[in-house]
Amino acid sequence: MGECHLTFLKQNGLDTVIAFFIKRLVTALLVVLTVSAMTFSMTFLTGDPAIAVAGENATQADIVRIREYYGYDRPIPVQFMSWLGRAAQGDFGQSLYLNQPVSIEIFARLKTTMTLGLSALIFALVLAIPLGVVAAIRPNSLLDRFALTVAVVGQAMPSFWFALTMMLWFGINWRILPVSGTDTWAHFVMPSIALGYFITPGVMRLTRAGMLEVLRSDYIRTARAKGASGFSILFKHALRNAIIPVVSLAAVQFGFMLGGSIVIETIFAVNGLGFLAWESIQRADLPMMQAIVLVLSVFYIMLTFLADVLNAWLDPRIRIS
Amino acid sequence: MADPVLSIRNLTVGLPVKLDRKNAVTGISFDVRPREILCVVGESGSGKSITSLATMGLLSPGLKVTSGSIDFDGRDVLKLSNKERNAMRGDQMAMIFQEPMTALNPAYTVGAQIEEVFRIHRTLSAADRRAEVMRLLEEVRLPEPKRLYDAFPHQLSGGQRQRIMIAMALALDPKLLIADEPTTALDVTTQAQILVLLKQLNERHDAGIMFITHDFGVVAEIADRVVVMRHGEIVEQGTAEEVLNNPQHPYTRALIDAVPRPMTEDTTPEANENPVVIDVQGLNKTFTTSTGMFKPARTVTAVNNVSFQVKRGETLGIVGESGSGKTTLVRCLMRLIEPDNGAINISGVDFAAKSRSELRSHRKDIQIVFQDPYGSLNPRRTIGSQLIQGAINFGIPRKEAWDRVYKLLDIVRMPHDSVNRFPSQFSGGQRQRLCIARALVVQPKVLIADEAVSALDVSIQREVLHLLNDIRDRLGLTVIFITHDLRVAAQICNEVLVMQYGSVVERGGVSQIFNAPSHDYTKALLSAQPGQNWDMPVFDEGDTLAKI
Amino acid sequence: MTTPVSTSAHTSPTKQVLRQALNHRGVMFGAFVVLAIIFIAIFAPMLAPHDPYEQILSRKLIPPVWFDSPKTTWDHILGTDHLGRDYLSRLIYGARISLMIGFSAMLISGVIGTTLGVCAGYFGGRIDNVINFVITTRLSMPVVLVALAVVSLMGSSLTVVIWVLGLLIWDRFAVVMRSATQQVRGLDFVASAEALGSTTPRILFVEVLPNILNHFIVIATLEMAHAILLEAALSFLGLGVQPPDPSWGLMISEAKGLMFFDGWLIAIPGTALFLLILAINLLGDGIRDVTAPENRN
Repeated sequence: MGECHLTFLKQNGLDTVIAFFIKRLVTALLVVLTVSAMTFSMTFLTGDPAIAVAGENATQADIVRIREYYGYDRPIPVQFMSWLGRAAQGDFGQSLYLNQPVSIEIFARLKTTMTLGLSALIFALVLAIPLGVVAAIRPNSLLDRFALTVAVVGQAMPSFWFALTMMLWFGINWRILPVSGTDTWAHFVMPSIALGYFITPGVMRLTRAGMLEVLRSDYIRTARAKGASGFSILFKHALRNAIIPVVSLAAVQFGFMLGGSIVIETIFAVNGLGFLAWESIQRADLPMMQAIVLVLSVFYIMLTFLADVLNAWLDPRIRIS
Repeated sequence: MADPVLSIRNLTVGLPVKLDRKNAVTGISFDVRPREILCVVGESGSGKSITSLATMGLLSPGLKVTSGSIDFDGRDVLKLSNKERNAMRGDQMAMIFQEPMTALNPAYTVGAQIEEVFRIHRTLSAADRRAEVMRLLEEVRLPEPKRLYDAFPHQLSGGQRQRIMIAMALALDPKLLIADEPTTALDVTTQAQILVLLKQLNERHDAGIMFITHDFGVVAEIADRVVVMRHGEIVEQGTAEEVLNNPQHPYTRALIDAVPRPMTEDTTPEANENPVVIDVQGLNKTFTTSTGMFKPARTVTAVNNVSFQVKRGETLGIVGESGSGKTTLVRCLMRLIEPDNGAINISGVDFAAKSRSELRSHRKDIQIVFQDPYGSLNPRRTIGSQLIQGAINFGIPRKEAWDRVYKLLDIVRMPHDSVNRFPSQFSGGQRQRLCIARALVVQPKVLIADEAVSALDVSIQREVLHLLNDIRDRLGLTVIFITHDLRVAAQICNEVLVMQYGSVVERGGVSQIFNAPSHDYTKALLSAQPGQNWDMPVFDEGDTLAKI
Repeated sequence: MTTPVSTSAHTSPTKQVLRQALNHRGVMFGAFVVLAIIFIAIFAPMLAPHDPYEQILSRKLIPPVWFDSPKTTWDHILGTDHLGRDYLSRLIYGARISLMIGFSAMLISGVIGTTLGVCAGYFGGRIDNVINFVITTRLSMPVVLVALAVVSLMGSSLTVVIWVLGLLIWDRFAVVMRSATQQVRGLDFVASAEALGSTTPRILFVEVLPNILNHFIVIATLEMAHAILLEAALSFLGLGVQPPDPSWGLMISEAKGLMFFDGWLIAIPGTALFLLILAINLLGDGIRDVTAPENRN
């Protein structure tokens, strides 16, 4: 692997690689900026944010004071720039409800969501990739049909309903797993499955399609003509190529999963970012909502960047040109 | 004579049901002997590739050998277990494929892929394996073996990749080498080099070579013996001398007749007094590519300061290998691609200077027929609506437009009821005829044929070429004929432009180009034509191919 | 050699696809279920045995008829909820909401995504770069979260939910239509139409669109299912359809607290939702199989 990396630098010259990363980074920053602007504009969705912040029983004087305190009386671009400037330093303002900086709460919760997300991702990959490979080896066999059924059923099942049903059986009827909280690893089992199964069909189908395509390719025929064994053809020649798009899909889906964890976290009372988002929405805690949207977006952008790098690293056609 | 290394007896390979034919290959028998090159020749669908794949045990799942035997080295390979087959493949029998671009695994270095053959079949130390690979890379004449060892397939050209495939096939000195159209995807100069290499290797190794091809020129170049196949059956077999010069079967005779002939007689074209229709001056086009992720943007000069004129009624051939810029040139000419600069005068209108909307009313003067018969008709529209579209665009009344369409269908010899059908119901050759009709419906002054016959079998190629000649004379068209094949250009063109790396390297009348080329590249192209030493017999059986 | 390889002389590709569709089990099952649910939704007032809003607290939480309980009655085949409303009637009216939201949100997102995707794919260059940027930006925003936040800020109503979803889920349309258009654009018949003097709108509508329509239909089904699932999730979290309107997601949400005693309360609307999504997806997969088998994945 290290050797790979060296040839990668050797054959391209360090400057082209750096140039690529800079270009990619600039685009990423532009996306972050646009997302920030859209997140920021949520402030004005309700009309006058000062009225929203003040609540229903506020007097006119309260509203004026709040407007000045939060700076809502300044021109919008100025407000945006100052919000963005502070956000860039990790300061997303004061929570309207919790009476403490938004960032502290977010970083406290991020770890739980990451744990949940990663275990869900591992669950999904461990289930989806072998299933996809097996389905591709014998298309239209019983195993293939089983895998396709898993995919079709998985895609059709609403995640919250699946979560509730699991909870009912494993938590209540059979009492195998705890139904809420985050105290032990066992608490993460059901939430991870509920979150992870949703991306399983996509990964499974992509693995299957990729394997089918690769297995039909000319270079597999070459490998067979060389006398390579079935095992070597499958894993050394086919999977090595078919897995490349799966890796970037997994990275992207991981991002989607974190964004979608709000439902699952709410159901299982997993004290993560999603749960916090839901609480904040209930409490109309606007700065907190904005910060969570922004953090998750930035995280997604970082993931796609990572996916590109991984792709380049795995695929010599991209790596060395 | 040595015992055959391979002997195929009464081989029949069944096709899946619901196809127009029951068997892909029906009851064929032939032998391959050590040290000989046996060419299996046939047009598409003749079953020649299926035969080679059946021998290797690489038939796709839908195809099954239903009867017969394939004896290799004293054993019937059809009766071997998978394990025995794997042990045999790559070791005692090896294969080279048509598409070098896709035949190598993109994820591994070419060195590792050649090495794999040794890993599978021999127990050698890593150093020995590496030494073997270096030896092979040198044997197939690849430059800088040390550097190439660590290269990935996509970094090599098609010719280089095919050499890697050959190195891989020869690694363990097999008894049988099967080459399935190994030069078809390559440029003619590369093809010549690969053929020379194969001949040399044939002298040094004992392997019998089974060489699949559709090109009689290639057959004349390398074959010791020839098997001619058609519709899954063998119509004729014999020594190269017999089959090439004294073929017995009418199909073989017709096939040989359809092979484009090199220009031999010295015909000076009669002076053409017609006005100039196309006048191109100083045309340039550069592309900026940035396909690879880490690739710095690179500029490629596709068309470099090209100037030429064509008079009315003439056919100008533009000949060049892939990447020579010939297709970009004609697409710029039609403003399907924007040229960087230069003047394009088509019967008095400067195409390069017009805005795109101004240009639209002049577009009817110049029309094009493309290479790929499958991509050039819209699969979702009836032939009629596609043929009439051009006329409608230029404001011809519907009735008159339909009259034109029917007249053109007669000219391209297609039935009138074609108009109600969809493209999927026609063969490649028929589609090219329809495309010609579609181009002619706006009564252009210039017709461009961009490799319009390259994707067709020789017999059909010949018909379409005749048709193009016929139409040019009947309608007083000016034709620009793009091709990679000098032999084809010779059949249809008055004058030829030879292009290399975006520039015109030589221009002249057909006989001048063929008999007294001045540029080195033209000479190289000419000397690379396969089968030059073969004095093709003439049978003049005309359109027998269409009949039998 | 020159005889056309065709099985049927004058059939259009559309007819061939239809014939294949009729023999495709997924398509037939999907179409049957979807049509049945559409039928139920349209004729809900005639089919529903009770008023879905009518609360009879004395008849609350009657289990469905197949339960072994003295309370069951054929008057309430699927039982009643915690407010004594007939569950079957609420389920029937719920189909209306699911279908309406799914269809409208799919239409909005389809128009946005297709326009963006086709423009990016056809014109390429700078336009493509800009649209790609817009798509990337959209993809980086978490759908559920943004939808929840916006709905909570703007106040929840059917219209708001439809528009928020429609404006959020066009990404797949854009991505798929872009690559499909790029593919068609590269084919020679488009170049030939240009050479024959067809105008750009004409090329787009006559040459390009018919050839990417199959992709549109496939994505349309998937996105409709996606929108229905999102609506259910929003309603489940209390920010979609508001009580007392019957939405399947909301029905599950309302039954959440009681599910440990009366599991059927979530099983019934969940199954309905599952069946609808399953049918739509099977229909979409099937259409892809018969129109563009090469794009199967």
